[in-house]
Amino acid sequence: MAKGKHRPDNEINAGSMADIAFLLLIFFLTVTKIDTEKGIKVKLPPWSEEEPPDVDVTDRNAFVVLVNSRDELLVEGERTDITQLKIKAKRFIANFGKDPNLSTSPQAAVISFKGNRGTSYDMYIQVYNELRAAYNELRNELAEEKFGKPVSEFTEADSLKFEYVKEFYPYRISEAEPTNF
Amino acid sequence: MIGSKFKKKQGNTTPGINTSSLPDIIFILLFFFMVATVLRETSLKVKNSLPQATEIEKLQDKSLVKYIYIGPPQDMYVKQYGTDDRIQLNDAIASIGEIGLFIESERAALRPDKRSYMKISLKVDKSSKLGIVTDVKQELRKADALLITYASMKREEVY
Repeated sequence: MAKGKHRPDNEINAGSMADIAFLLLIFFLTVTKIDTEKGIKVKLPPWSEEEPPDVDVTDRNAFVVLVNSRDELLVEGERTDITQLKIKAKRFIANFGKDPNLSTSPQAAVISFKGNRGTSYDMYIQVYNELRAAYNELRNELAEEKFGKPVSEFTEADSLKFEYVKEFYPYRISEAEPTNF
Repeated sequence: MIGSKFKKKQGNTTPGINTSSLPDIIFILLFFFMVATVLRETSLKVKNSLPQATEIEKLQDKSLVKYIYIGPPQDMYVKQYGTDDRIQLNDAIASIGEIGLFIESERAALRPDKRSYMKISLKVDKSSKLGIVTDVKQELRKADALLITYASMKREEVY
């Protein structure tokens, strides 16, 4: 063939490629549920046949949180709004023996949380979340004071520091079997 | 004057926009979505709007996470299952007693060295009652599946 003779169209027409790709794209767009699996992590106590001992309500190291079937909150015998729960819990845990009605040390302090079978799960999570938040805030305050950064900025190398903070403020939330009314 | 205006336009042959790179761009988007996609394996038979919380953590290894759904049956299943809270394991509505077996079979499907790291994600509807959740937790304790998470959405405002 003569060199100078140009063929008008020498390429594969890739115009429809975009359409095909678009179709696939739309399929995946509709099917995708980018789920970020998140939640409150809890470790359950191992199973034992015998009933756990009742928490002594008069004990200064026990912080009793009760929720009834109407989602009303009772903290240490007082009706409390959920917005106040974290502050109260923090004061109780980080008392260090000062107030004779509150805990002697964070390690000895136990939060006893008892719901009702009719309590809504939403309320249960809100209360549990506040109790966790109290611990996490105290841990962060300790980490800031000792190591100059919050727990969330700890890296792999800080595992010893994290252990220290964890030992200082261990999660001690004990859940009693909900009452049945 | 007007005539010349038209003439000018006609003479100016505008070349079409080169779209040959369009498929590449679309393909990149496509790959992103393909990688990000988690195809739903189970169809939900119970309602599942999760509660909101602030103290949440990400679940790390998804292959080790097994799900238990709790909630009132969806509208189309109300005739079959009623309106009380129900438990869903995999694809089917199950009773409390089946949880032990479910845990055993899920655990057996994992590699032996990973079995102790199995996590249970409780996906419980906001409107559920605490009673059924406690029953499930007791069953999990009996089955020695102690690492659980209460699946929740992120809440921004803090009390």
